[in-house]
Parts: sequence; C-alpha cells; structure tokens
Amino acid sequence: MIWSPALAALVRKDLVLYFSNRRALLMSIAAPIVIAAFFGYLFGGQQQKPSRIPIAVTDLDRSALSAKIIEGMKADTTFELREEPEADATEHVKQGKLRAAIVLPAGFAQAAPGALFGAAAKPVITVQHDPSQPMVLAVVRGLLAQHVMQAVSQTLFSGEGALRSLADARRNLNGEAGMPDEVRRDLLAMFDSIERVQQRAGPASSAASGAGANPGFSMPFALKELEATARKNQPYNSFAHSFAGMGVQFILFGGIEFGVGLLLARRLGLWKRLRAAPVSRTLLLGSRIASGAITALVLLAIIYAAAFALFGVRIEGSVLGFVGIAIAFSLLTASFGLLIASLGKTPEATRGLAIFATLIMVMLGGAWVPSFVFPEWLQTVSLAVPTRWAVDGLDAMTWRGMGLDAAIGPIAAMLAFSAAFAALAVWRFDWEEA
Amino acid sequence: MLEARHLGKSYAGRAVVSDMSIRVAPGEIVGLLGPNGAGKSTTVGMLCGLTAPDQGEVLIAGPDGGTMAADSTRLKRRIGLVPQEISLYEDLSARANLELFGALYGVSGARLKQRVGEALELVGLVDRARDKPATFSGGMKRRLNIACALVHDPDILLFDEPTVGVDPQSRNAIFDNLESLRARGKALIYTTHYMEEAERLCDRIVIMDHGRVVASDTLAGLYARLPATLSLEIQVDGAVDVDQLLRGSSVRRASQAGSTLSIGLDDLAQGAPAVLAWLAGRGHAVRHIASARANLEDVFLGLTGRQLRD
Repeated sequence: MIWSPALAALVRKDLVLYFSNRRALLMSIAAPIVIAAFFGYLFGGQQQKPSRIPIAVTDLDRSALSAKIIEGMKADTTFELREEPEADATEHVKQGKLRAAIVLPAGFAQAAPGALFGAAAKPVITVQHDPSQPMVLAVVRGLLAQHVMQAVSQTLFSGEGALRSLADARRNLNGEAGMPDEVRRDLLAMFDSIERVQQRAGPASSAASGAGANPGFSMPFALKELEATARKNQPYNSFAHSFAGMGVQFILFGGIEFGVGLLLARRLGLWKRLRAAPVSRTLLLGSRIASGAITALVLLAIIYAAAFALFGVRIEGSVLGFVGIAIAFSLLTASFGLLIASLGKTPEATRGLAIFATLIMVMLGGAWVPSFVFPEWLQTVSLAVPTRWAVDGLDAMTWRGMGLDAAIGPIAAMLAFSAAFAALAVWRFDWEEA
Repeated sequence: MLEARHLGKSYAGRAVVSDMSIRVAPGEIVGLLGPNGAGKSTTVGMLCGLTAPDQGEVLIAGPDGGTMAADSTRLKRRIGLVPQEISLYEDLSARANLELFGALYGVSGARLKQRVGEALELVGLVDRARDKPATFSGGMKRRLNIACALVHDPDILLFDEPTVGVDPQSRNAIFDNLESLRARGKALIYTTHYMEEAERLCDRIVIMDHGRVVASDTLAGLYARLPATLSLEIQVDGAVDVDQLLRGSSVRRASQAGSTLSIGLDDLAQGAPAVLAWLAGRGHAVRHIASARANLEDVFLGLTGRQLRD
C-alpha cells in the first residue's frame, strides 16, 4: 500500500470525524489525566511523605519496659500509634479505622528478659490485624520485634532494673530442670560478665543516658534508603506509572471506538459505498490502521504533555525509545480496533465485549497496579498481554530511566501483536454483506 | 454500455439471484422492479463489483471496457452507486462528503473542486455546501446521497431504491435529476418496488421475482402482455359467479375479494354497461364503481399471481 490521494482522503476523513467530536475528545483526554492524577497521588505523588500506619497498643503490663516499648514505637515515623483499651482497639481494626492492635500482656516485663535467654516461658504479645492488608502485618511484626528487642536489652544492661532482671533470669535458669549443665554454666558465666559490665559502666552509663545513649542491643547497622530511579537523588514520581497505565487504558478505549465506528459505517451503508469505489481492500483497511494509529499517537502525546507540564513526569531514559514505544503502541491500538471490527457483529454488543476485554488486558498489563505486585505465575502469564509491554515500556523510558536497548523488547512485542491482530482481522473480515 | 449475462448468486446454499440478465445503454433508464426480497439489491451489488457473482459476468462496453471479474478496480471508476441507505458522513459537511468520494475515485485538485460544484448544483444543494448532513431534511440527504455518486462523473449510475422515505416534493426533485442525467447520456439502472416510479421514469423495465427475471420490456410491451388494459372496481352485494361472468361477456379477467369485484376490460365504453346490466340481471346491487388503466401492479399480478407489495 502506498500513500495515495485516496488513502490521504480516507485518513483525513477519520481524523476530522474523530477530532471534531469535541465532547468525546475531551473525555478521551480528560479522563486519563484525572484518573492518572488520582492514582499517582494515591501511590505517593512526586515528593509525598509515605502515610503512617494507624495502629493501637494496649498496655496491660503497665511496667517501665512496656512504657519504653510504646515510647519507641511512638517515635517511629512508620506508625501513627495510639493507646486504647483492648476492646476498643479490636473494634477499630474490624471497622478498618486501624490496621492493627497490639496487646502487651500483664507480666511482660518480668518474663521477657528471662525468655530472651531461653530461661523462662515467652510472654505472648497479641496482634489483631486487618486481613485485607497482609503487608501491614509484616511491617508491624518486624518493627515490633525491633522495638521490643531494644527495650528488653536496655533493661538487661542498665540501671537497677537491670540487676533485678539479671537476678530473675539467674533464678529462672537455676530452676530450669531440663537444661544441660554445660549450657547453664555458660549462661551463668555470661550473666556474671553482664553484671560486671553494668557495675563498671554504672556511673558513666547514668551520665550518658542523659544524652540518650542507653546501653543494650541496638540495630547493628544504619539504614540508608535510596530510591532506585533514573538518577541518583532523583525521587520516584508515581504519576509516571499512573499516566502510563491510564494512557494505555483510555487510548485502547479509543481503539474500540474506531472498531465500532467501522461496524456503524457498515450498518449505515457507508462501508458498501467505500467498497464500491475503485480502491483495494488493503487501502481501505490500511487507511483505518493509519488513522487509528495517528489518533492514538496524538492522544498519547497530549496525555503525556499534561503529565510533563502538570505532574513533573520526565522521560529520564531514551527519548527515541519513548517515541518508538509510543508509535508501536499506537499501531497496536489501531490493529486492536480493526480486530474488534472484524470479530464484532453489532456495534452495541461489540462495544460492551470489547470494553470488558480491554479492562482485563489493562488490568493484567499492570495499568492499574504495577505488575510486580502480581503473583509470579501471573507475572509470567501477563507477558502474553500486549498492554503489559506498553506499560512496562513507558515506565522504562520515563521514571526507570532505561536506555534505548530496554525499549527494543516492548517495541518488538507490540509490533508482533499488531501484526497478529491485523492478520487475524483481515482473515476474519466480512467483506461481502448479503 | 453495461450488460450482465446470466448472473447467479447463492448464500448458504439458497439461490438469491438466478440467471439474471440485464443491459442498459447510454441515455436510457432501465427499471429493476420487484417486491422486497426479489434479489434487486444483490443484482446491483454484482453489477457494481461489490459482490462477486457465482455464475455469469458483468461487462462494460467501450474502448476502456472489460469484464468486472477481470478488472474491477478500473471499471468501478465508470460506475456510480447510490445505495439504498443514506450513506453519508453526518459530521462532515456536504462539500467534504463529496470531496471524499471524489478523491476515492481518483478526482483531485481543480477538477475535484469543479465536479463538487457541479454535483451540488445538480441536486440543488449549493447553498448548503458547508452544512453537515446531520442538519438536513430527509429529502436533502437523499439528494446529497445521489450527488456523492455523481461527483466522479460516471457513465453508468446504479440507483438502489433512492427514494425510500422521501416526501413527494423531494421525490419529484430526484426524478428531475435522473431525467437530467439521462439527457446527458448517462446509463441508469433504477431499482424500486414503487411501480409508479418505474412507470414514470423507465424506458425499459425488468421485473424480478424470487431472484429471477419474469419479464423485461418497455412499459407498452409489458402492458401488451396483459389480458386487459383497463379495469373496473365495483362494490357489489353478494357473491358473484365470476366464472359465468367471464364466459358471457367482453370481460378479460374477473376476481372478487369481499365486496370488491375487480374486472379487466379492453373497451370501457362497451364493456362497462354490459357488466352492470349482467350484475343487475342477477340481483347484485352496485354500491360504487371506479375505472382505471392497468398498471405494473396488474402486470406483476398477471405474471406471478401475486401482488407487488405482498
């Protein structure tokens, strides 16, 4: 198929018809921008601080140790901690107002130091959690362990409480009948050493504690958190992903309209009139693909222009790769529309089914939530979904900052899908209506 | 100009058109008349290259002529199709519609502009050229529908029921357009199930039924096949002995449906009084009487035994 006046006329006609429908055009542009902005904000925005996890704690122990644990957790920016009676906290978790409720049991301070060395029964801390957010449980579990360990070890290593705790631990150890003598002897020797350290460091420790340097266990490392984005110190912009996802979704919706438009043309007799003209089938369908692809490309450009101008999204990777992915996705959209037209019967029924198919595709393609949160098997399956390549490709060229080589795979995959869709469409296309 | 020989087309094993032959010469309008489902649109589809016939061939005469099967792309340039549906882009202006269809037939530049102007003028839409068909009346849309088939100045025009749903005024305007095209030497095939249109416009009429040609002649030739060219419609009391009526008078045909007695005659002046006297003699009171000339309805009835609008 070569560019000819007839092809130009058909493409121009499709573009004029599409872009003259101001209301539909506005929806095609405004809807993805608004929804992408919402999702982008939801997943962190540009520089937004992560929201704190609302949890409650119930202190049934009322000890210095439990107070220290609660103090530590309150200082932790991960949590928005409040103290509540156990029943209230449980009810608030059920209502979804809190993600988790922690209960520190009575006798915790007495049992915990001994349990640390396996010399006493372990006290049980209960965590009631919202089952709809399993990730939160893992976070609470980890940070609770950190704060409890710090507080318990401090109790063991400092002040009068430390001596008392060691005495309790020693007593529990001696009363432990099933423990081998060698182990008991070694632990008692360790307690003696700790006691000597406490006596020697006592005055210095008291002085230092005023400066906040408590002896005891602490995290044996400092954590430096860096976002693995395009450049060093370049913060992650979650709008980049949401614009990729929503752009892909709504442009595919546009592709559906192109396909349905062909079915409508058939119903109105326009298709018959076009076929009566001295133009080939290749030109008729080719013009449809050309106009569909141009429309998709223009829409993608407008949507990303808004993302660049209003939401700070940048092409941190290869500009050429981004353009290549945009063109490949536009061809994919156009061939998808043609496939819809070839498989559909009536415009009404086809539109409904095509929207359903598109929603499944964009969902599996990671347009709503990134595909890396999918189970592994689903991540593998979603490679067979063309939208996955579009979203991943756009992500790679924007916030991931990848080079042209990272665009080759998505471009090739989308072109292969486009060719398959177009071949299937031509094969199934009903040229002769009775 | 255009000739189809022994065309046949079947869908899912059911013959839609069988052994269909038709020809049209320059400056001639040939009517393709038949009830809905007679195979007219399928025939038009085969004539203009939309539908590949299972049997037969379509030929276009002239130095650059040939058969549709061998060179449809080139021959399609000589044909203009006016589909039954109003096949327009409602959101493009009238001019843009014409420019599009002109471009599809290879007309471009100044020639396209000129042809668009001429087509608009012919159908009387020059002052509405910039308006979208969405704002047009039904009749105006039909006229633009015709103009889109004329913009590339074809030799042969195929009209597939172009007046469906059109008001009488617009219908007359369309007829004027068709007569004007005939006067310019165009060859027109006009399909319709309105016998009045075929009677008014067509030089020759091909009558189709169940996918077959049942008659092909001039209007006068078709009337000549009738047993009677005049008819009487009489409202009578009681059941008339039609067989006896046919035996004993100049009545060529007679039938009764309810209280309506339909009679075919060759000579109204002699036949009508005789029929009325015959009815009075057998005690049938006459309530109402009307006379008419025979029409294509009668021809179709005579050929197929069925009404055209069955």
